[in-house]
Amino acid sequence: MPGRTTLVSGGNRGIGLATVRALSEAGETVVATYRDAPPPPEIHAVRCDITDPAQVEQAFKQVEEESGPVEVLVANAGITRDGLLLGMSDEDLGAVVETNLLGTARVVRRALRGMIRRRHGRIVLISSASGLSGSAGQTNYAAAKAGLIGLGRSLAREMGGRDITVNIVAPGWIETDMTAALPEELRREAAGQVPLRRFGRPEEVAALTRFLTSRESGYITGAVIPVDGGLGMGH
Amino acid sequence: MALQYDDVLAGLAEIVHEVVGVPTSDIDPAKSFTDELDVDSLSMVEVIVAAEEHFGVPIPDEDARNLKTVGDAVDFIVLAGGA
Repeated sequence: MPGRTTLVSGGNRGIGLATVRALSEAGETVVATYRDAPPPPEIHAVRCDITDPAQVEQAFKQVEEESGPVEVLVANAGITRDGLLLGMSDEDLGAVVETNLLGTARVVRRALRGMIRRRHGRIVLISSASGLSGSAGQTNYAAAKAGLIGLGRSLAREMGGRDITVNIVAPGWIETDMTAALPEELRREAAGQVPLRRFGRPEEVAALTRFLTSRESGYITGAVIPVDGGLGMGH
Repeated sequence: MALQYDDVLAGLAEIVHEVVGVPTSDIDPAKSFTDELDVDSLSMVEVIVAAEEHFGVPIPDEDARNLKTVGDAVDFIVLAGGA
């Protein structure tokens, strides 16, 4: 089977970059999108701020011209603006929802056109354990990540007749730039709460996404699957 | 080269047939996609994307919404293709 055109948003670092590598190894033709810092040079990338509809359209046009319609989408791009809700600005509330939920919905909507035509598609939304269990200091982030679950499950129902599956991956504590920014003390405490007693690696999230985007996974849709070292025991 | 009405109609009939299985002989300009040809909203997207590829004409979503009959779509594609 030839590689399918695959788009990974936010594929320049962390879980996104690990996903780009895993799907490339699986034989797919992978393009990463990034907003600020490009990924390593060996990775095919297009610049795209997913909060700007014109940039989303332009990125898809470019990918379609070079590689054909997108058949596999991993919606991973996201930001954090942590703080207690009590003191949170409208700007910080809005920016996180705009990027993590609305930007993702926009990318997914655009990707569907080609998938409908091909009557095949695999969509994975990268959510977060915080969207399921809540996370103090992350009301905006957790709300947007929980929103992806409603988005993904509704879409799974809409697109089921076209061999288009939509699944949600919910990473817990993973070793990324996002968590490296936390104080060492907090990281140690967090790891102590995890049944597997450590943070996960981005590759361990990417391994699940690789399976969920494969043709073999065709009877799984609307699932929310944690990769969290047992923190939520499946929830 | 400008697109000819009859060629567009024949091409579109082929696409509708491919997407929803209606015989091409049942497809004429007066037919409504949703009411007479069993083209639901998802299938309509499929028809539009296929028509864009086949005729090389972009059909923006806001225009696609106004294409109620086969004739509407043929007129739009002929007009857009001739510009």
